[in-house]
Amino acid sequence: MSFVYKKRLSVSDWINYSLLVVIAVISLFPFIYVLSVSFTDPDSYIPLKLYLFPENWSLASYEYILSTASFMNALTSTTFITVVGTILNLAFTLTMAYALTKRKVPGMKFIMGCVIFTLVFSAGIVPNYLLVKELGLLNSLWALILPNLTNAWSLIVVKSFIDNLPDELEEAAIMDGCNELGVFLKIILPLSMPVIAAFTLFFAVGHWNQYFQALVYLTDSEKWTLQVLVKSLVIDSETIGAASRGAVSGDSTQPPSETIRMASIILSMLPILVVYPFLQKHFAKGVMLGSVKG
Amino acid sequence: MNRVGVEKQKLASSSKSNAMFKKLIRYRYIYLLVLPGFLFLIIFKFIPMWGLILSFQEYNPFQGILGSEWVGFKNFTDLFSSDQFYMMFRNTLLINIFSLVFYFPLPIILALMLNEVRHEVFKRVNQSIVYLPHFLSWVVVVSMTYFMLSADVGVLNKLLNQLGMDQIALMSEPKLFWILLTLQSIWKDAGWGTIIFLAAIAGVDPQRYEAAVIDGANRLRQIWHITLPAIRPTIIILLILRLGSMMDVGFEQVLLMYSPVVRDVAEVFDTYAYTQGILRGQISVGVTVGMFKGIVGLILVVAANRIVKRFGYEGLY
Repeated sequence: MSFVYKKRLSVSDWINYSLLVVIAVISLFPFIYVLSVSFTDPDSYIPLKLYLFPENWSLASYEYILSTASFMNALTSTTFITVVGTILNLAFTLTMAYALTKRKVPGMKFIMGCVIFTLVFSAGIVPNYLLVKELGLLNSLWALILPNLTNAWSLIVVKSFIDNLPDELEEAAIMDGCNELGVFLKIILPLSMPVIAAFTLFFAVGHWNQYFQALVYLTDSEKWTLQVLVKSLVIDSETIGAASRGAVSGDSTQPPSETIRMASIILSMLPILVVYPFLQKHFAKGVMLGSVKG
Repeated sequence: MNRVGVEKQKLASSSKSNAMFKKLIRYRYIYLLVLPGFLFLIIFKFIPMWGLILSFQEYNPFQGILGSEWVGFKNFTDLFSSDQFYMMFRNTLLINIFSLVFYFPLPIILALMLNEVRHEVFKRVNQSIVYLPHFLSWVVVVSMTYFMLSADVGVLNKLLNQLGMDQIALMSEPKLFWILLTLQSIWKDAGWGTIIFLAAIAGVDPQRYEAAVIDGANRLRQIWHITLPAIRPTIIILLILRLGSMMDVGFEQVLLMYSPVVRDVAEVFDTYAYTQGILRGQISVGVTVGMFKGIVGLILVVAANRIVKRFGYEGLY
């Protein structure tokens, strides 16, 4: 009986399994803690006490947050950026990536060179800020969408995926009198569903979690995204005297209570937590798409 | 003779431009498809590079790029001669070294541990759990750090308080700042980082393990002699590319952890460009710092990519 097929666990197995359980607990503990406190009744919450399970269950913190205009505004902004941004990302990335697979077309190699150059060099924070300002996009949600329409890494991965598709279908379609636009829409897109699924998720998570651009470009607190709002609720009330930009939503000088802060964190990551268990597989596959370059 | 030559040339050039034109027509749909993306690159990636000339000017918002005074390399000499510069350089380097030493080996070790798990359900559940933090924003990760470690709301201090011990202020301790950043990165990304190693391990021929078992090799020896050599190329590539990004730090992470108390250990090129260039309006200073970082970063990335290719592997591009 060989070692590999043995069903009983050896000592080293026990150590390995226990360590992995510990690692999983460390990964999950902050979620569980924040979730527990967020469901605890704010009135009976004792700041110096350690809560591992909610005592006096209550939805009061969630009800409060969902009733504030600032949270609902931020949710609207973030949803808009995520939905519109992801659709435009897919459109720009897929069309360009397909065109870049046509190496024999004059100019494509040059454009690919431009793409790679943006991978290794960028003008930096301030020139990008000046451009957005000059375009009149400051304080517009489009400032979070237009500068991110596509990027070199996505283009390279999607291009290599399309490169690896079998040529025969495309050739047959051309024989039948289909032009490249038709080939793209009728053949390349349907065959690219795995890469489209993975990149829809990557783009959407990227937009949802984007913080810095929202911080810099959205000066009006009514346009804030969830990340900026959560940062002002949670982190600014922690770093006393921090030179934060803009006032914390609401005029109260008192920082929001811990239960409310934790509920806001949970709400800000809720969409990701909800879709994650179902789509985790696609995310993981997406990573590997990047490593099979042709 | 001469006339014939000219005629020939004319013919050749006209047929050449004709061929060019024909190709443009022939491939019009390809050009149509590449156009939106190409325009995006020009406007949002290349036009900002034009703004880099501001690093040779004393930017005056009323004069604009065209009217501002040229100052040569003054912005650069000012930058290099300031104490801030060495502070930023040291912080960037040390944050990266901490990450290389403490973060880099962990996804490899975790991947080896997961690979030893024979129980499929356990493995899948464990992977799902350790991948999850990767999808949280830095705002959420830093917020959670406060709820774990800060002096007034942190779990750790609540625990110490219940045990009747003194509180400790981990978040405002400059000495712990780099370690804290590294711990956050580990919590967020070490699990996710296993994917690429697990894929490399999955490519190993199972017969090699069977042969090793017949030869009497135990688990540890199998890992040492079969699994590790199999993922060595992946490790080397990732390590070299990691060295190529030594100018980068997790900018959003550092910015969110940044506070006046830890400024001396937290200031990096991007935070300086942001605070000076955008918050204080010293545009030229911000552009200069960004350009310095960009150029050194470019050299490092290109060098790293060359080395990876010289080893016979596929690089970044």
